[in-house]
Amino acid sequence: MSGSRTSTYVAVCRVDDIEPETGVAALVGGEAVAVFRTYDGEVFALSNYDPFSHASVLARGIVGTRAGEPFVASPIHKQAFGLRTGQCLDDAAVRVPTYDVRVVDGTVQVGGARQ
Amino acid sequence: MMAPHLRRQIVVVGHGMVGHRFVTAAIERGLTETHDIVVVGEEPRPAYDRVALTSFFEVGADELSFLPEGEYDDPRVRLVLGTSVDGLDPETRAVLLSDGEAVHYDELVLATGAAPFVPPVPGHDLPGCFVYRTIEDLEAIREAAATARVGAVIGGGLLGLEAANALHQLGLETHVVELAPRLMAVQVDEAGGRTLGRHIEGLGLTVHTGAMTERILGTTRVEGLALKDEDEIPAEVVVFSAGIRPRDALARGAGLELAERGGVLVDERCRSSDPHVWAIGECAAPAGRMYGLVAPGYAMAEVVVDALLGGAGAFTGADMSTKLKLLGVDVASFGDAHATTPDCLELVYSDAVAGIYKKLVISEDGTRLLGGVLVGDASAYGVLRPMATSGLPLPDNPEELILPVSSGAGMSLPAEAQVCSCNDVAKGEIEAAAEGGCEDVAAVSKETRAGTTCGSCKPQVKKIVEDWFAAQGKSVDKSLCEHFAMTRAELFDVVLIHGYRSFDEIVEAHGTGRGCDVCKPAVASILASQVNHHVLERGNRALQDTNDAYLANIQRNGTYSVVPRIPGGEITPEKLIVIGEVARDFGLYTKITGGQRIDLFGARMEQLPAIWRRLVDAGFESGHAYGKALRTVKSCVGSTWCRYGVQDSVGLAILLELRYRGLRSPHKLKGGVSGCARECAEARAKDFGIIATEKGWNLYVGGNGGAVPAHARLLAGDLTTEEVVRYLDRYLMYYIRTADRLQRTAAWIDSLEGGLDRVREVVVDDVLGLGSELEAAMAKHVAGYFDEWRATLEDPDKLARFVSFVNAPETPDPNIDFGVTRGQIVPEVHDGPVSLGPVELGATIPVGEPR
Repeated sequence: MSGSRTSTYVAVCRVDDIEPETGVAALVGGEAVAVFRTYDGEVFALSNYDPFSHASVLARGIVGTRAGEPFVASPIHKQAFGLRTGQCLDDAAVRVPTYDVRVVDGTVQVGGARQ
Repeated sequence: MMAPHLRRQIVVVGHGMVGHRFVTAAIERGLTETHDIVVVGEEPRPAYDRVALTSFFEVGADELSFLPEGEYDDPRVRLVLGTSVDGLDPETRAVLLSDGEAVHYDELVLATGAAPFVPPVPGHDLPGCFVYRTIEDLEAIREAAATARVGAVIGGGLLGLEAANALHQLGLETHVVELAPRLMAVQVDEAGGRTLGRHIEGLGLTVHTGAMTERILGTTRVEGLALKDEDEIPAEVVVFSAGIRPRDALARGAGLELAERGGVLVDERCRSSDPHVWAIGECAAPAGRMYGLVAPGYAMAEVVVDALLGGAGAFTGADMSTKLKLLGVDVASFGDAHATTPDCLELVYSDAVAGIYKKLVISEDGTRLLGGVLVGDASAYGVLRPMATSGLPLPDNPEELILPVSSGAGMSLPAEAQVCSCNDVAKGEIEAAAEGGCEDVAAVSKETRAGTTCGSCKPQVKKIVEDWFAAQGKSVDKSLCEHFAMTRAELFDVVLIHGYRSFDEIVEAHGTGRGCDVCKPAVASILASQVNHHVLERGNRALQDTNDAYLANIQRNGTYSVVPRIPGGEITPEKLIVIGEVARDFGLYTKITGGQRIDLFGARMEQLPAIWRRLVDAGFESGHAYGKALRTVKSCVGSTWCRYGVQDSVGLAILLELRYRGLRSPHKLKGGVSGCARECAEARAKDFGIIATEKGWNLYVGGNGGAVPAHARLLAGDLTTEEVVRYLDRYLMYYIRTADRLQRTAAWIDSLEGGLDRVREVVVDDVLGLGSELEAAMAKHVAGYFDEWRATLEDPDKLARFVSFVNAPETPDPNIDFGVTRGQIVPEVHDGPVSLGPVELGATIPVGEPR
């Protein structure tokens, strides 16, 4: 889950604050980041900004799996984004930024945007 | 387009089903690019579905109309109604209208139809004698029936039985008098006619076959019938339905050639003896023969359009097969029903107890199906008729085609087999439509017109489309999504039977993976319908669609709108003021909704609890505008204030809205109640609509606004309030249990085998014996109702999620911005994410708080 480079991590919440298969929005470096927890307990971070609707909403989407891979569906028009990569599963040309994220002693920490 | 002075003019005489079909085909195929069309109709209203005339009492004239707007959507077509054509001069190519106007034509199309034949028995013109052809006829019959006790129909053919059905529906003791030794002598054989007769007598009608009417009794009006060798029948209403005669007077007056037995003689292009005069439908006699069905008429209309476009289409006879439901009895006849082919063989299945009679007529060598008769169960018609008309080889055990339970569904048809005879659609065309991108049966029907006239081939069309998809490996996949290989209705039953209460249990036992944005809300809705728990319970809230997840309607910029419930649209000034104050204090945009309530827009997610605390304190509760749930029951002001109102529509609307509030369903549900027939509440545009009558309430179901508008249709009439509630309880629960996800009631009813009749059987007649179970399920919902916004405000765990940022709960999302239009806020969209810049976390930035 961590990136290959060094990142400054910011604690945003307890992992238990995120109900499994939901997301929360966090403010990281002044930007809205969506942090998700899957059924298996993995944690992912994506930009909260939905490039289709231009609204800051991805944390409020439904989380599930497509062919076993975790994804979130935008709450505005349901486009799906893979949680691991930020890749839109309905449009190969669209991707949302992902962030480094880790859980340390039950605390979720978000790092910088991955390149 | 051609210069106007070069445009040619077509005059169509008659605006019945066939005349209308001519015009629509002419528009569709581009004939109006070069021709203006003038259509002259004698009846006061545009063309309507005469085949379904009997349903007029049930659905009214609007529902039957082919042209409810009253004009064609093509300015080059002029429709003149309430006007007859009184003269025709082929020399000058002009027709004379009854209003005195003379209209020139380049081409004239006669579509004058037929007139009922009234046998010249003494007394046939007494008041109380009617024919059965137009809506005006039916209106007159209805009026006369209001003060009558007994009615008689002279003629036991197809139309006669339709008329008998109408009298029976109007509550008259009904007699059918037929000269021939059996009913429907043209279509069915003796044994079939007997079986049909028994069915009809079983419904309480009296059938007199082999009976000759000698005289209509009465002096100033009808008092009864005198039959030869039989007792007199006392009757105040008599309907003649003893056949039809082509209306060929105009052609006769103009000196055109007529057929020996009447009708405008035309060639196979439907051209009369004058090269600029054409005749189509029942007034025409191609090769000397008249066709009294709509399908051949449609075919003739298409042939003439084709000819005028320079095509080579020809009418070379028609399949006279018929399938219909008469007084609830299936009757079908196809091909050589009377076994007139030399040396043919007959194969008969007859069950007198069940009232089923089926006969197949087979070629002498046993290889071909020539025709048949089906009474009591015509489910095999869809396969048998094309088999007979296309010459498909018979299977080795042809008896299996008519044995009980067989609908011949296993049989496959060749591509050229005609499936829809009304619109001449072959199996290959249906498959081509599926291949061409139509995604479901409804789309295929729309594209090809298959099944859109009499509807008898609908099951067959459905099967062909499903088989086609299956063969492509696309199997009309009824799976909800990749996680559940079952339909919503199947999933509903699984949840009910096992008593599941969570998504985890359900997906573990019956699904794969961890669900998605399709199955999770569907499961959430099913659980909400069955368990009636709070949608934001832990484990449950991750399933909810955004709107349900925050109990508000998400808008384009990620803010929400708030709709408090205003039952029936009735609200006190004090409560109106509270809504205004809340909107003002939170800076919300306000708009009146179509459901008679007030929508407050622009609330940030973190503001929702504060807004609702104010609303709940003032006595408001959730309006469920965010849910696939009951929304509103709209009402007009009703008898309390309105000088026309006959019932208290507001009172009933409030009762129903409070009864069904919070009910989660496959899609949103809307209701309406009107206090009189003026229908100011637009109840027939709703999933359930109630319209007051002098005696009680009429209950309509399956109405829809939206992308595919539908008028609600009558489920039951003159009900008490208790009956309305009982039927609605059953109807809504039946819908919730069996509909697909996101299927509104109109589409759901259409998808049921039997359509509205099926709903009536289940809801009103309770044929499945489900009534009390459905009512109990609704009673449980009503008893378990609570306001989910009040419950949310009382639970810190549920409230904890209403924060903008988990680590900065009161910092508004910088991506949300507003401008001002017409004095109110509107969303302002940014082209990329907006950053606040470095913010000291934990700091509180008081923005968006109530002032």
